[in-house]
Amino acid sequence: MEEAPHGCPGADSAQAGRGASCQGCPNQRLCASGAGAAPDPAVEEIREKMKTVRHKLLVLSGKGGVGKSTFSAHLAHGLAEDGDTQVALLDIDICGPSIPKIMGLEGEQVHQSGSGWSPVYVDDNLGVMSVGFLLSSPDDAVIWRGPKKNGMIKQFLRDVDWGDVDYLIVDTPPGTSDEHLSVVQYLAAAHIDGAVILTTPQEVALQDVRKEISFCHKVKLPIIGVVENMSGFICPKCKKESQIFPPTTGGAEAMCQDLRIPLLGKVPLDPHIGKSCDKGQSFFVEAPDSPATAAYRSIIQRIRDFCNSHQSHAETLISP
Amino acid sequence: MEAAAGERAEPGNLAGVRHIILVLSGKGGVGKSTISTELALALRHQGKKVGILDVDLCGPSIPHMLRAQGKAVHQCDNGWVPVFVDQEQSISLMSVGFLLENPDEAVVWRGPKKHALIKQFVSDVAWGQLDYLVVDTPPGTSDEHMATMEALRPYRPLGALVVTTPQAVSIGDVRRELTFCKKTGLQVIGVIENMSGFTCPHCAECTNVFSSGSGEELARLAGVPFLGSVPLDSQLTRSLEEGRDFIQEFPKSTAYSALTSIAQRVVHRMSALCS
Repeated sequence: MEEAPHGCPGADSAQAGRGASCQGCPNQRLCASGAGAAPDPAVEEIREKMKTVRHKLLVLSGKGGVGKSTFSAHLAHGLAEDGDTQVALLDIDICGPSIPKIMGLEGEQVHQSGSGWSPVYVDDNLGVMSVGFLLSSPDDAVIWRGPKKNGMIKQFLRDVDWGDVDYLIVDTPPGTSDEHLSVVQYLAAAHIDGAVILTTPQEVALQDVRKEISFCHKVKLPIIGVVENMSGFICPKCKKESQIFPPTTGGAEAMCQDLRIPLLGKVPLDPHIGKSCDKGQSFFVEAPDSPATAAYRSIIQRIRDFCNSHQSHAETLISP
Repeated sequence: MEAAAGERAEPGNLAGVRHIILVLSGKGGVGKSTISTELALALRHQGKKVGILDVDLCGPSIPHMLRAQGKAVHQCDNGWVPVFVDQEQSISLMSVGFLLENPDEAVVWRGPKKHALIKQFVSDVAWGQLDYLVVDTPPGTSDEHMATMEALRPYRPLGALVVTTPQAVSIGDVRRELTFCKKTGLQVIGVIENMSGFTCPHCAECTNVFSSGSGEELARLAGVPFLGSVPLDSQLTRSLEEGRDFIQEFPKSTAYSALTSIAQRVVHRMSALCS
């Protein structure tokens, strides 16, 4: 059907609004006017701001409910266990912020300072920013159109005083939407290390992960790897394993082999993870000996290794 | 741009639809598409004629769940013809999944194009005569959500089912969704809690895998009906993965009785909405 997005030349293209595939697109008039191609001055401002941020990671998922925010929170906790590592966690799930709850920061407010918004700190070396801190009540529904969401993301990237940061973790909404386009566009000049993609084992989730991977390729976002979450459940009573979410087509492992993308690890379903999130605690502290903790730590180390090898490569390129 | 009180839009292709049910959730991944699919199947097994409209533009799952992937959409005088998923032609489906040339292609559209497509889905599908149209909406409260609401709100009777999980309750997403319904004047048929506990097939121990929030208590606090809890059931998950009719094939599983009783309550609540 003509409505399929196939062949969109992109708002930056000279063909924007003029190509054959633009016929019928509601954005055609805007693109043809060239307004879409004018660079947003915020991109340069964000690049300046991001000079004090060494590594920038995006956490994506095809489907919601696969544990992406839980993963983002624990990636932040895991990296921050080294007291000398400064970690920042940015929640850009504008309409469904869950990071404040998971990090035990519900009810906290954002403060304005001379340098901009101050993050809310869990620990001295772990700061968090989320629209959840800007809402007056946890019941508030954020019913915003795309431009307002994009404006908020711009502010989060440009107006937050992160200071010197080793890792900035951006927890994005599920799927591919305005927020993803915005964060990639705004960070384009600042250089993103890569994306971590969360999924669960069943094909209906993997179907959407392939779309995430396709999105990353389109916008030239490196993929650090895929994490398969909720991968098997160990009954606390009889200790036998069940597959609540069956990997009917081979799970993330088979998909990663097909698409030649690293599988960073598999995290088993552990009821204590949900309980830790309810209490706003790190699962690593609550259940340090759990197989899920071991899986998380292994994944975090692989992400750290990717960033380190990436950094030395960048340094090599920079040295004259 | 809201219709004046009492004003009705030209019903067009929705003229033959007796009830429209919006399935909403505050967060993705709580099983909204699962509930939409199983509700449609359960209604079909009660002898109803059912349509499913899948407007999750970025992540359509229902074609997969009903083994309808790859079906071609045809045009008729009144618009698109929905895809029938059963021999008896008592359940039909329209999804953006049918319009994508490549199932792995990322659908990255800005708001206005999404809104236009949603509006087209609502007005241009030739459903014919249906007892129920189940609309699987995008998760959360965002552009597509609002576009779907605005496109459908002129039609009545229109009711909303809010799907949640214990964990979604605990992180406040359902409260936001119910606030959204209140702000937009949408009548809530009830709350369904999905993924409520898992019974080990080896030893029958029941574990609250996903935290311990209570959809029932939340529904009570919000003053809306609680329609029931659906447990985690690996037979249900596998059934959806393989595109099988869970209602027909697994009448003894833990989720079956929950789903059928929820369907009965939905029918009852939708009838009450008419009076």
